[in-house]
Amino acid sequence: MEEITCLGIEGTAEKLGIGIVTSSGRILANVVRQQALKAQAGIHPREAAQHHAEHVPQVIRAALKKAGISLEDIDLIAFSRGPGLGPCLRVAAVSARTLSLSLGKPLVGVNHCIGHIEIGRLLTEAEDPLTLYVSGGNSQVIAYDSGRYRVFGETLDIAVGNCIDQFARRANLGNPGGPIVEKLARKGKYFPLPYVVKGMDLSYSGILTAAVEALNKHPVEDVCRSLQETVFAMLVEVTERALAQTEKDEVMLVGGVGVNRRLQDMISLMAEEHGAGFYVPPRDVLGDNGAMIAWLGVLMYRSGVTHELMDTTVIQRYRTDEVEVKWRS
Amino acid sequence: MEELGIRIGKGAEADLYRREDKVSKVRISKAYREPLLDQHLRRTRTRREARLLSLARRAGVATPYVTDVDNQTFTVEMSFVPGEQVRRLLPSLTREERRELCIRIGEAVGKLHSANIVHGDLTTANMILHRKRIYFIDFGLGGISDAVEDKGVDLLVFKKVLHSTHYRYEEECWEGFVEGYSNTYRNSAETLERLRVIAKRGRYFPERA
Ligand SMILES: Nc1ncnc2c1ncn2[C@@H]1O[C@H](COP(=O)(O)OP(=O)(O)OP(=O)(O)O)[C@@H](O)[C@H]1O
Ligand SMILES: [Mg+2]
Repeated sequence: MEEITCLGIEGTAEKLGIGIVTSSGRILANVVRQQALKAQAGIHPREAAQHHAEHVPQVIRAALKKAGISLEDIDLIAFSRGPGLGPCLRVAAVSARTLSLSLGKPLVGVNHCIGHIEIGRLLTEAEDPLTLYVSGGNSQVIAYDSGRYRVFGETLDIAVGNCIDQFARRANLGNPGGPIVEKLARKGKYFPLPYVVKGMDLSYSGILTAAVEALNKHPVEDVCRSLQETVFAMLVEVTERALAQTEKDEVMLVGGVGVNRRLQDMISLMAEEHGAGFYVPPRDVLGDNGAMIAWLGVLMYRSGVTHELMDTTVIQRYRTDEVEVKWRS
Repeated sequence: MEELGIRIGKGAEADLYRREDKVSKVRISKAYREPLLDQHLRRTRTRREARLLSLARRAGVATPYVTDVDNQTFTVEMSFVPGEQVRRLLPSLTREERRELCIRIGEAVGKLHSANIVHGDLTTANMILHRKRIYFIDFGLGGISDAVEDKGVDLLVFKKVLHSTHYRYEEECWEGFVEGYSNTYRNSAETLERLRVIAKRGRYFPERA
């Protein structure tokens, strides 16, 4: 098959990403831009969308320059269709439609969560992993079975990254909180916080409240440590349960929270106990990025999927198991 | 505890040993976990499991008999239940049999909830069919609660297992389950309604505060 080049647009949340990837899996460019976060505020969907809209042309130019190609060399446009924040998704979709129309190239809308899994499969040795996908907006345990990525466990309320970030803001630690909490946790002492696992699902809102309250009684390092140990142990437990049930022999960690060393160590210890391999993709594709969108675009296009402009509406609650995974069957 | 017997299984959180007609479930230490948390979880779950197995039987649901609990080694000893895991059984049944079985699962869960027992991990791997009775095991994540929310989450766990693992006959199983549950539990309508609310609430992308 002839090699094609795909430009992928990621814009589900606060990050705008443009990736350029070939059908042989070479990543020619992967540029990510993000609005400077205000110290005390979460993501404001419309402001983030505004940021994306203003920066799309410039980030596309940067990606093309990095790749050393021009727009005419692009054969396929892909964009993140969901799940995500409505206003942000719409900017990505509109940009992708415009590019597709003006270049006369096919268009594919892809599922963001599956993008994380597929770029991980491309860039690690994992072939058929049980995937723990953890970020600011998502916490899911996912495994492939009979033509779909099936969700075995997920959060019942807020995502783990969101829990840590919200805690950090209320503790005045800055934004985003993940790396700061990770650092402080190394110096802290553990004390018990609520631990909430329901089957293979998780709940984080109660722990968040308890951790914020604990700031009145405990040094901040201790709270960071306890929060991290608790929320990560919950993740590892449900991943372990899904691993025993699905009988997969690989575990992959993806998503922005996946950069956390403590979480990596914990999953790795668990995988080892089960004789399973453990995989984490390189840092620049762990968090949201355009390369994963472009690569999934290639996979879907090669399996016969393209979208007419009419079918490229965004899907804010796009479920992982809605997508027919034709490229793996 | 002396000889535990031969190991018959390794669950996610426990090793299982069988000696004659007894099973010992030993909650093992997890190297990935903070030691204090590890101890705490193993202790509370061991206790809870022993207690709820007995309470569930009193509520009219088949469970193994607890014969011993050891809080030092986090071990629950119980009677061995021969038979087949519902998880493995489901695919081999006819559509009608499957429905029938799920009605009976629904009835059992209805009895648990009527007694304010929440199972906590309602998966088909935790149900064993033996002599036409469905035995419920693995109550370590369960509790006693009269909150609609807790019962709703119990139902959600079961529904999701159907969706992720028994997707080929998800609908008929769920329908059967709801039928049995509704016939047995007085507040079933309220709980099923809460299930819908919970399922919508968190799904994937809440607004990020
Ligand atoms: N009393 C029993 N009689 C017969 N088999 C049993 C009994 N208890 C457990 N088993 C078998 O062992 C398996 C694991 O038991 P159990 O679910 O209690 O352990 P677990 O480690 O909590 O499991 P997991 O965390 O993987 O759900 C069960 O699925 C069942 O097949
Ligand atoms: Mg079990």
